[in-house]
Amino acid sequence: MSSRSGRRSRLLDWIDARFPLSKLWNEHAAKYYAPKNFNFWYYFGSLALLVLFIQIVTGIWLAMYYKPDAGQAFASIEYIMRDVEWGWLIRYMHSTGASAFFIVIYLHMFRALLYGSYKRPRELLWLIGMTLYFLLMAEAFFGYLLPWGQMSYWGAKVITSLFGAIPVIGEDIALWIRGDYEVSDATLNRFYAFHVIAVPLVLIGMVVAHLLALHEVGSNNPDGVEIKYRKDSKGMPLDGIPFHPYYTVKDLVGIVVFLILFALVVFFIPEMGGWFLEHNNFEPANPIVTPEHIAPLWYLTPFYSILRAIPDKLLGVLAMTLAMLALFLIPWLDKSPVRSIRYRGPLYKTALALFTISFIGLGYLGTQNPTGLYTLLARIFSALYFLFFLLMPFYTKWDKSKPVPERLS
Amino acid sequence: MSDDEVDCKRRRFLTTAASVVGGTGVVLAATPFVASLQPSAKTLAEGAPIEVDISQLKPGQLMRAMWRRRPVWVLRRSEEALATLSGHQEELIDPTSEEPQQPAYAVNNHRSINPEYLVLIGTCTHLGCSPAYVPAGESSELSSQLGANWRGGFFCPCHGSRFDLAGRVEKGFPAPSNLVVPPHRYLSATRLVIGADEKGVV
Amino acid sequence: MRTAALTLIGTSLFGLCSLAEAARPLEPIEIDIRDKASLQRGAKVFVNYCLSCHSASYMRFSRIASDLVIPEPLMVEKLMFVTDKIGNTMEIAMRAVDAEAWFGVVPPDLSVIARSRSPEWLFAFLTSFYLDPSRPTGVNNLESRGTAMPHVLWEYQGWRRLAQQVENAGRGDSLSLEMAIAGRLPDSEYKNMVRDLVSFLAYLAEPVKPLRQNVGIGVLLYLAVFLAIAYLLKQEYWKDI
Repeated sequence: MSSRSGRRSRLLDWIDARFPLSKLWNEHAAKYYAPKNFNFWYYFGSLALLVLFIQIVTGIWLAMYYKPDAGQAFASIEYIMRDVEWGWLIRYMHSTGASAFFIVIYLHMFRALLYGSYKRPRELLWLIGMTLYFLLMAEAFFGYLLPWGQMSYWGAKVITSLFGAIPVIGEDIALWIRGDYEVSDATLNRFYAFHVIAVPLVLIGMVVAHLLALHEVGSNNPDGVEIKYRKDSKGMPLDGIPFHPYYTVKDLVGIVVFLILFALVVFFIPEMGGWFLEHNNFEPANPIVTPEHIAPLWYLTPFYSILRAIPDKLLGVLAMTLAMLALFLIPWLDKSPVRSIRYRGPLYKTALALFTISFIGLGYLGTQNPTGLYTLLARIFSALYFLFFLLMPFYTKWDKSKPVPERLS
Repeated sequence: MSDDEVDCKRRRFLTTAASVVGGTGVVLAATPFVASLQPSAKTLAEGAPIEVDISQLKPGQLMRAMWRRRPVWVLRRSEEALATLSGHQEELIDPTSEEPQQPAYAVNNHRSINPEYLVLIGTCTHLGCSPAYVPAGESSELSSQLGANWRGGFFCPCHGSRFDLAGRVEKGFPAPSNLVVPPHRYLSATRLVIGADEKGVV
Repeated sequence: MRTAALTLIGTSLFGLCSLAEAARPLEPIEIDIRDKASLQRGAKVFVNYCLSCHSASYMRFSRIASDLVIPEPLMVEKLMFVTDKIGNTMEIAMRAVDAEAWFGVVPPDLSVIARSRSPEWLFAFLTSFYLDPSRPTGVNNLESRGTAMPHVLWEYQGWRRLAQQVENAGRGDSLSLEMAIAGRLPDSEYKNMVRDLVSFLAYLAEPVKPLRQNVGIGVLLYLAVFLAIAYLLKQEYWKDI
């Protein structure tokens, strides 16, 4: 051993005697055994961490130049886009990152539905994940007000008005949330505080909890077979491989591919045809004129569609809330003996396909004006959405599942 | 066995290559973030040269303007005040303005273009406080503190540095160098541009 | 499973095709924000005809001078008002309250107008004024009925009127315009002038666009190299499995 690496190991010993550095590294990377058969769907966890990192760094920088003041907010965004050196890059990274976060998270969640990753013993992992998803929606919603454009303003107004649907105290709650009779400077200031510190703080804490929970129970895999039941003489799972280096190098490939797609948007189509940055939001907030066409950003539209599909204010809000809460219950609604879709029968496959179509369909309809055929479609998709959950105990029980192998195929 | 050795070499090479290229990428990605902390176009525009009208300035009077968020002084010196600029050279750190604290046209005993008007950036060269203008013979608390020998000049309230009426620092105080003369030029006898001279905008 | 993934991504991309919006189909126009000569001509029209009522208060004269390669003295002399400094943003002297009294609305700031409205819309708007005695300005516009904006470029385009006076012609789809009094420019030259102006407005809305694309190419080249290395590294390690 050379003297240099000797010195390094002595430094490591010194730290390890005072802080569990090697222990943490081993538990979460070098000796964390992950199933060897991760496929395409398993990239999105590490990608979500990457996007979180991008959002936090670009967010810190934007906070240096942005002014949370109804009179200055819109101008300060253009100040960032023009006067701040490289400000445009930081802003486009953040706006693209917001949409990228949801793309990654939706694919990550869909993976769990495909392979039953929420099933025992990973129920808590799923619950933490769902909490993260809702925190992320809150974070995106608060952040969307900050540019103080037309869509920011009217979007915030519509969402805060939802609380008005609560009987008796609704209007007072909406007033309390806005801190003014309408969305105003007071609202902008509190949304800013929530967006830049309150929600991110909780979000990061929950991400840590999500990872700890995952590493406690171990990763699921496309076969849905527990690898820890088959161990070699050293007590290591036969079908597991150390996360580091095997999955670090594999995730690195995923990260670079992601960054290529991300860069394509940031540098060449930052508005993404109005989906990531909406045209109307380049007009400053005007409390007198509602834009002809208003919709939340694409990642919130499935729930927005359900809200609009119900022709009653209170029931609409209730349906939307239930649509969100239903996701939390999946681990207990799914009665199937198997996890992975590979060994499930036709019933679950059909149900999942219909659910996916409904969710995407609702998302699309949420961006369109609710007229005629679209409203009808939104109602059908909403019904299918709820049936996926309501009937889950039955079709998962009755489904003909295939025998699951003892080891990874 | 030999296969393994070849593998190891390739593995080490690829790991190094990925680390080097990835590390370069991280540095490149960090550059815009570091660069964005520089003054913005707005700040630079606001730091543009200013014009000052000195027609109302009486002998012995000091006027203050703001340039690049700093006080800029224009002092109109009387004949008596100009006379105080000689005869105390040994008490000064840099009596002949050797240090680059002024443009070339202010390297002279009065440190200005026109002997009558002194243009200075009004921040102490020690730690940036703005010194007070204390003319000689003025009866104030400050001038009594400075003693009977005070020939008139500037006194920094933070750490006690003293400058004469050409902004030259006295020995024995913490400020290391003379007050800075900003680039400036006369548009007419009574109009000054501060922040630009014949050579252009700084 | 791979097919499922592709289907899912495919479906999401299908939705991303671009929002359909305008009621009237807009004529596509060719603008090139890298064409400096066109932008310079557009800047001149903008300063002479737009900047008296509309501000562009997020844009600095100095930025335009350096982006469009206009020497600063020329910029100051030809394209700026006497009181403006080169580092100033493009403000107007008119106060918002006065503007509201005169026009009924405050003329919008034009800094990002090409991002809230498309260049195609701006082109259509600026070529669709017609005589309408019922309006206080004497003109109306096919793209924006009842607009408070007068036909500022009438000298060049001349005055046009509705070809057939259709009563209650809701959205103006079937309406066409014909020349009433010819202007100084033939129609094709007027359109070129408006195209230059719209190009300038597009530049104004996002002056960083050319730089953005140039940097993007560099970033993609770098990532392509890194991808190759990362892929080889992964293949090398995964030989073990």
